[in-house]
Amino acid sequence: MKISASDNMLKRFRHEFIILAIIVALSIIIGSINSQFYSIGNIYSLLKSTVIMGLFALGSFLVLVSGDIDISFTAIGAFCMYVTSKLVLLIIPGAGIVVIMLVAGLIGILLGFINAVFISLLKMPGLIVTLGTGSMIRGFLLTFIGVRIINKLPDSMIAFSKITFLHKAQANGHIVGLSIGFVVFIAFAILIYLILKYTVTGRAVYALGGDRVATARVGFNITKVQFFIYGTVGFLSGLAGVTHSSFMRNGNPFDLVGTELSVIAAVVLGGTSITGGKGSVFGAVLGVFLLVLINNSLIMVGIPSYWQRAVVGIIILLSTGSVALQERRSQGV
Amino acid sequence: MEEELVVVENIEKSFPGVRALSDVSISLKKAEIRCLAGENGSGKSTLIKVISGIYKPEKGLITIEGEQYKSLHPIEAIRHGIQVIYQDLSLFPNLTVAENLALNSYLGNNKKFLKWKDVKEIASSALSKINVEIDLNRIVGSLTVADKQLVAISRALLNNAKIVIMDEPTTALTQKEVDSLFKIILNLKEMGISTLFVSHKLREVIEISEEITILRNGRKVAEGSIDQFDEPKIVYHMTGREVGAERYNYVPQGDKPPALSVQNYSSNAHFEDVNFDIHSGEIVGITGLLGSGRTELALSLFGIHQHDSGNVLVDGKEVSINSINDAVNSGIAYVPEDRLSEGLFLQQSIARNTYVSILDRLQNKLGFVDFLKADSTVENWIDNLSIATPSKDIPVSSLSGGNQQRVVLARWLATAAKILILNGPTVGVDIGSKEEIHNKLRDLARDGLAVVIISDDIPEIVQNCNRIFVMHKGKIVERLVGSRTHENEIVAILKKLK
Repeated sequence: MKISASDNMLKRFRHEFIILAIIVALSIIIGSINSQFYSIGNIYSLLKSTVIMGLFALGSFLVLVSGDIDISFTAIGAFCMYVTSKLVLLIIPGAGIVVIMLVAGLIGILLGFINAVFISLLKMPGLIVTLGTGSMIRGFLLTFIGVRIINKLPDSMIAFSKITFLHKAQANGHIVGLSIGFVVFIAFAILIYLILKYTVTGRAVYALGGDRVATARVGFNITKVQFFIYGTVGFLSGLAGVTHSSFMRNGNPFDLVGTELSVIAAVVLGGTSITGGKGSVFGAVLGVFLLVLINNSLIMVGIPSYWQRAVVGIIILLSTGSVALQERRSQGV
Repeated sequence: MEEELVVVENIEKSFPGVRALSDVSISLKKAEIRCLAGENGSGKSTLIKVISGIYKPEKGLITIEGEQYKSLHPIEAIRHGIQVIYQDLSLFPNLTVAENLALNSYLGNNKKFLKWKDVKEIASSALSKINVEIDLNRIVGSLTVADKQLVAISRALLNNAKIVIMDEPTTALTQKEVDSLFKIILNLKEMGISTLFVSHKLREVIEISEEITILRNGRKVAEGSIDQFDEPKIVYHMTGREVGAERYNYVPQGDKPPALSVQNYSSNAHFEDVNFDIHSGEIVGITGLLGSGRTELALSLFGIHQHDSGNVLVDGKEVSINSINDAVNSGIAYVPEDRLSEGLFLQQSIARNTYVSILDRLQNKLGFVDFLKADSTVENWIDNLSIATPSKDIPVSSLSGGNQQRVVLARWLATAAKILILNGPTVGVDIGSKEEIHNKLRDLARDGLAVVIISDDIPEIVQNCNRIFVMHKGKIVERLVGSRTHENEIVAILKKLK
């Protein structure tokens, strides 16, 4: 009856392995049809495309693990991005990128706390609360703060989008580099992983998703944990918002909102349980990679863009379905 | 040497409209095993919650280790070593055994960071305290109930428990698992830890406890050393009346074909070559160890599981059962083991829960439900089964366990079933209601129903069944006549099968 450690690993990360396998298989197929796929320029550009969705996904992952759901993070991201840009232009146009990110993150934390107040203190379901706050934040942004696209961003934001490293020469002689944004994303992924794995608060997030009553009985302060979760979601959303406008080189208040379901899909694709308690940061990151790969690369092999959505849906059903099937079989049902 | 660890005196506790506890006192010595017995609603849970600091009593005094309290705070109770193991165990199904065990001490020591090596060490030392071996890396959700309970007990001990309060710990355990739980409780006693054992399974109460306190309607009605009590006496104090222990007598009626005849019935991996006949008016008991295939057999007769070969005859006519619909139409009804998750729509009314099984028969010509007919059917059954409720329109969740069970019965009896299969019909039902349900089943059998009771509760089976089958590894290994069988015989058979 004893399960060996390696067996256990394989079982516990079964979903992640499946997603990794799909990513590898897709890459081989796409690359064999269009060798452009393997060009360093394309790979760098794919990695850059994961940044915004990735930052959002990390927050969304936290909420899902805790057994709830948040759909307001894109609205928070847009709000932080637009308000921060305006504020900085108005007050300190020369502010550095770190300051800008911190300001956006701070606004995000405050907005996240609004969610936490309703979800934690009034014990309302996250879906309902964030449906409300998301809509409210967006409406507030467009009504009171502005609808005009900011075309001249602070210089440091433009500069940020140009920072690249690991420079390589492409076949056509162009020098390309990997965007700093990707480093930011991966750094936060590692940070979230460490928090979840090695802090008591991080374990409380899993505990909460496993059994709320037991979490309270053991003596966790659920309110504190939830403020941590939604605050972090807000911070990451603020970061994602600023990074997005920096990449786009403008501040468009209509951007981002509408992508929240794709983000949640990516996290679920990565094996995070929608009912809470299960999932890994690694899986969530893989889910984002896979979704970005589908969204950006199927076009390279001539699959029309409308098809991409169908493909995403099919992969979600197949990957989560196969895991569910295996679980059922192992229980002998 | 005998020191009083906890003394609770003259506790009064009321909730809106109910006096839950009046003038209740209880005390617990070091290394004592005391049973707290009482029916549902007698105040057992309230008393536990007063001792563990969750409820604040209006009157009374609690003395723990010499310190006096008007009321306790949960943290104070934990600091004094009072640990409650709730019926639901309060474990995290998604985390590993190691983490479930260690999280508490991390919280208790106010640590912020985890060292996974320490987590494993804390956990393995906790398990070794009660001499059990469970893979620390297993996810708790994948453990058996018994193993989960061991994890919960180990976790309680980690917090320097001096008193372990177990709330109905044996409800979901098989006999073998109960035995090993009792070994652990005795082990705790040797370590100087007291146990307050809450149960209404009398056999267990008598087996394990040294002292007993019995509550009824929020008052203490009896107390003393367990030697002064026997089962009937405990039942008398719990219910306030004599409960009959008369056996069920079946008188064969003519030579009608059997109501249910099962021939060479087999299902891959679950049961094999099962044969039996049941006549109307009979109550047949099926028992066996966990994994004996008895539940699978019932589920398959009700069309939930598939069978591979064999025949089923109802009233002498062959029927083919491949779905629940087939079973219901053939006159077979099944009352599941876990009525809360499998049997009832808890938030829905009694009426809806009852007529849901016969909606198609309540249709009028236009295909709409004839609610007048539905209501009168429901009222009939509420009357017939004496379900205690102010109205048929209140949600089932507000009924007591015994009454909920009766609603499930009503639903299936409404289908005009000829064969009623019940799986653990009185699990979690208190003694008074239990007796009423048994009497009802006897009445129904006398009126011509064929009843099959699947149960772990040996006294229940021996008292109510005129024939008893023991199943093991998917086969009926023993067929006994109820009136000639003593409980101990069956217990002995089951022990041998292990």
